[in-house]
Amino acid sequence: MAADESYPDDLRYHREHDWARIEGDEAVLGITWYAQDALGELVHYEPPESGSSVSKDSTYGEVESVKAVSDVIAPLSGEVLEVNQVVVDAPETVNEDPYGNGWLVRIRLSDPAEAEQLLDAAAYREVLAEQ
Amino acid sequence: MTYVCLTDADREEMLATIGVSSVEELFRDIPDGVRLKRELDLDAPLSELEIVQRLEQLAGRNVSTGDTISFLGAGVYDHYVPSIVDAILQRGEFLTAYTPYQPELSQGVLQALFEYQTVICELTGMDVSNASGYDGTTVAADACYIAKHATGRSKVVLAESLNPQLRQVVRTYAPGFGLEVVDVPHREGVTDPEELRAAAEGAAAVIFQQPNFFGCLEPAPELAAAASDAGALPVAHVDPVSLGVLEAPGAYGCAIAIGEGQGAGNSLSFGGPHYGFIAAREEFTRRMPGRIVGETTDVDGNRGYVLTLQTREQHIRREKATSNITTNQTLLALGGLIHLCWLGPEGLRELGETCMSLAEHAKDRLGLPLVFPDRTTFKEFAVRVGRPAAEAIRAARAHGVHPGYPLGRDYEGMDDVLLVAVTEQRTLDEIEALAEALAT
Amino acid sequence: MKLIFERSREGRRAGTLPKPEGLARAEVPEELRRRRPPRLPEIPENEIVRHFTRLTTRNFGIDTGFYPLGSCTMKYNPRVNERVAALPGFRDLHPLQDEEGSQGALELMVELQEILAEVTGLDAVSLQPAAGSQGELTGLMLMRAYFADRGEAGRRKKIVVADTAHGTNPASVTMAGYELVKVDTDKRGNIDLDDLRAKVDDETAGLMLTNPSTLGLFDEHIEEIARIFHETGGLLYYDGANLNAVCGISRPGDMGFDIVHINLHKTFSQPHGGGGPGGGPIAVRRHLEPYLPVPAVVRDGRRYRLEFDRPKSIGKVRAFTGPFGVFVRSYAFILAWGRELKTMSEDAVLNANYLLARLRDAYELPYDRLCMHEFVLSARKLKREHGITALDVAKRLMDYDFHPPTIYFPLVVPEALMIEPTETETKETLDDFADAMNAIAREASEEPDTIKSAPHNRPVKRLDEVKAAKRAVVRYRFEEHPDLAAEPTASAATEAPRGV
Repeated sequence: MAADESYPDDLRYHREHDWARIEGDEAVLGITWYAQDALGELVHYEPPESGSSVSKDSTYGEVESVKAVSDVIAPLSGEVLEVNQVVVDAPETVNEDPYGNGWLVRIRLSDPAEAEQLLDAAAYREVLAEQ
Repeated sequence: MTYVCLTDADREEMLATIGVSSVEELFRDIPDGVRLKRELDLDAPLSELEIVQRLEQLAGRNVSTGDTISFLGAGVYDHYVPSIVDAILQRGEFLTAYTPYQPELSQGVLQALFEYQTVICELTGMDVSNASGYDGTTVAADACYIAKHATGRSKVVLAESLNPQLRQVVRTYAPGFGLEVVDVPHREGVTDPEELRAAAEGAAAVIFQQPNFFGCLEPAPELAAAASDAGALPVAHVDPVSLGVLEAPGAYGCAIAIGEGQGAGNSLSFGGPHYGFIAAREEFTRRMPGRIVGETTDVDGNRGYVLTLQTREQHIRREKATSNITTNQTLLALGGLIHLCWLGPEGLRELGETCMSLAEHAKDRLGLPLVFPDRTTFKEFAVRVGRPAAEAIRAARAHGVHPGYPLGRDYEGMDDVLLVAVTEQRTLDEIEALAEALAT
Repeated sequence: MKLIFERSREGRRAGTLPKPEGLARAEVPEELRRRRPPRLPEIPENEIVRHFTRLTTRNFGIDTGFYPLGSCTMKYNPRVNERVAALPGFRDLHPLQDEEGSQGALELMVELQEILAEVTGLDAVSLQPAAGSQGELTGLMLMRAYFADRGEAGRRKKIVVADTAHGTNPASVTMAGYELVKVDTDKRGNIDLDDLRAKVDDETAGLMLTNPSTLGLFDEHIEEIARIFHETGGLLYYDGANLNAVCGISRPGDMGFDIVHINLHKTFSQPHGGGGPGGGPIAVRRHLEPYLPVPAVVRDGRRYRLEFDRPKSIGKVRAFTGPFGVFVRSYAFILAWGRELKTMSEDAVLNANYLLARLRDAYELPYDRLCMHEFVLSARKLKREHGITALDVAKRLMDYDFHPPTIYFPLVVPEALMIEPTETETKETLDDFADAMNAIAREASEEPDTIKSAPHNRPVKRLDEVKAAKRAVVRYRFEEHPDLAAEPTASAATEAPRGV
């Protein structure tokens, strides 16, 4: 069952429809409700390798629905600590719970100051309004 | 003209509906400078009868397998195509359908392709097959592309005993893929596993052929193991007609199996259209090129088939696609499916045994020195004819026999060598005729 | 309906083979011998025929009905072409038969090459590529070879492709080792010239363009586009997917293109066969001829031969000289039209414009111009007002016994319906189709659920593509085959996702 539209206030957003939940020097990353809705039900998640590094504004993985494929853009830079195996096994988890069980990777931040460049929920909603 | 559907009255009425006064006006967006201001320099239109006459005249200038006793093979073989193949393929619902993008109107082609994929997987011992590639050479390039992305390596190794045309095609594609191509020479007609292992260091894939271009049986399990040891994907190029008697590549550790399908279900047709097949272990499913049919259910729970995993393909993934292929060889592949169903497991085994036995018999009857006397061969073998092969062909042709393919075209030191192919269509009498023709 | 494997019973068989008397049995060495036989179906011949005949009744072809699939040129496939392709002198001709014994085949190929050169306005032709996409790749390989010869290969890394292009274009660019540069479409549906000028420089190898475009529009600035590339030394590649619009009217060579591929299975009536075979010959200007694939098929007075000695050739892109059976059919088709081929394109364009005129009130027309051989409508209004998508319209058309148009392509048009009638349709067929499309537009407000649940009279209803992709059951697994019917079915795909 698809989730209802929401953009939680405790997250930071990237204009390419990705979010980050910053927890100290680590962050959990995922895609926004808007992104999963635009893609439709996800059928595949191609994750990065654990231990690889991701850099802000670059692709770190792919998500696919039946007829669309999308790069996942890292909102922040760092090293991949953990890949969400739940999503690898059941990609539709992202549709059901994009900000909870549908997270994609956990990273250790290499430059926590980058977070200042991200959008808050209100600013991200403005980005969506322009689409 | 034969295919015109509109009358002048139709045209007038249609132009009026459109709101223009002439057909000419429909083309007003085409700049004057790029228009053709003369008639095309082609012949006057022909009636159907004249077309048949013209084509019969051209066909009559060719020497078909009905006109000569042919022992030509070298990649394309004169196997018998059962009558039901054309009877089914000529049905308009298959013949004149487009790619099955609308599954509700295409269950016939989709289910048949699902059955084709299953048959290819069964023959090769693999988990996934696509719905066909262009031919037995281009699927080798496809295999290289898969291997490059799967391993991140940028070299491929080709056995010299592979079909030379396949090697040429891989070399043509390789620069665009950013791949270096390395050859491993044959030793007395087959590939040496140790030499292959050394060459395979750092390679993405190793491709060998079983039976190889000379007709010899390679030590295929050892070659696959050598490639795997070096971290390269073992890729076997196999003849579907051999797979009732020869082991499936999946059973000896290959990652990918490819081949030319022509011998199963397609006529010679001067080299095409035929179909190439490519099948792989499950882990490579998402790297496969081209269309794949998958099973599913409709909203009422009834079984049905659709094109699936389409995010691999060019119409969705565009510049990041696993291949640019779209049009494939579906109708030819369905010919293969029908032929293989007609044979069944017993028939396929018998076909392989008959070809092999006839070829052994031909070796005996020719009494000419074999180029690789210590090797087991399948339906093809190389003999020295004691004079330039071209000369032997000319002489034999005068006796109504095309005795084989001159291997000197592709390999040094083989100017006097003929590659002789013997299919189930050759009779014992025809083999006698070959022996006589080569003796003169 | 059962799979053919589910009809199998051990011990049954169809085909028999000769068993020559007194033949000694040859043995495969133990370690190379097949251990477990392939599980091919065991089934008598009449049951094979019935199985596949039943399958054909579950399929739609041009022989069944109107097939206005945009960019695919689904025209009638004359039966005489099948007859001549099956002549023993063609069908049973081995590709390695000596030249003496294949003069008729070689002559046919040389004549077809000459015809295609005349139709495209170029100088030399190779028939070798197996399909349009392979023609594209071959064309890009020719560019690479040409620039390598001029010492410019290291610098010229970029290929420009329009945003309306078929997916094969960008995919071919990557496979050929080039970098893709996308160029926008302007408000009239032409290439955006300002965007183009900003993106073309001396690092550009060339352009790939379909003209008329996938919007069915002839680019009004084609001369300027050619100038932009030729001034910087780049080459122009013509994707011939839409050649059916302009035969005898405007030739790619005259438009300024240097390399062209021709889809024999579109313009020149090779049947699509449920997905193939096709043929993708390429035509080039004289200065690119040395790089064409080998062997070349050439005429020497009244003799024909294969020429392998072309030192600058890119090599081979497939086996032998190409899909010969396709050449026979296309050659026969062209003989029927001869020098009046122009009428073919005129009628194709007339049919398209007539349909456009009949449909433009009920559907939106994003680029309001006369079209060429095809046009693109949008179901955006139906979606906004009634929740009826392009996919719904497509499925409902099946209830009216029509094959749907191409949908959701090109990507620049939302809810796209891309319609190409071809020249081989009568006015009555076009009227029936227009009536059906207009009826569906009315139904959208009156009975939308009828459309959303369509099709209603086909062997299956809408299929669960999510299940297909997730489960990836791509072969029959015999005893271990999963029972997908026992697994929950999602509300089958109703709309093509737009992606992000």
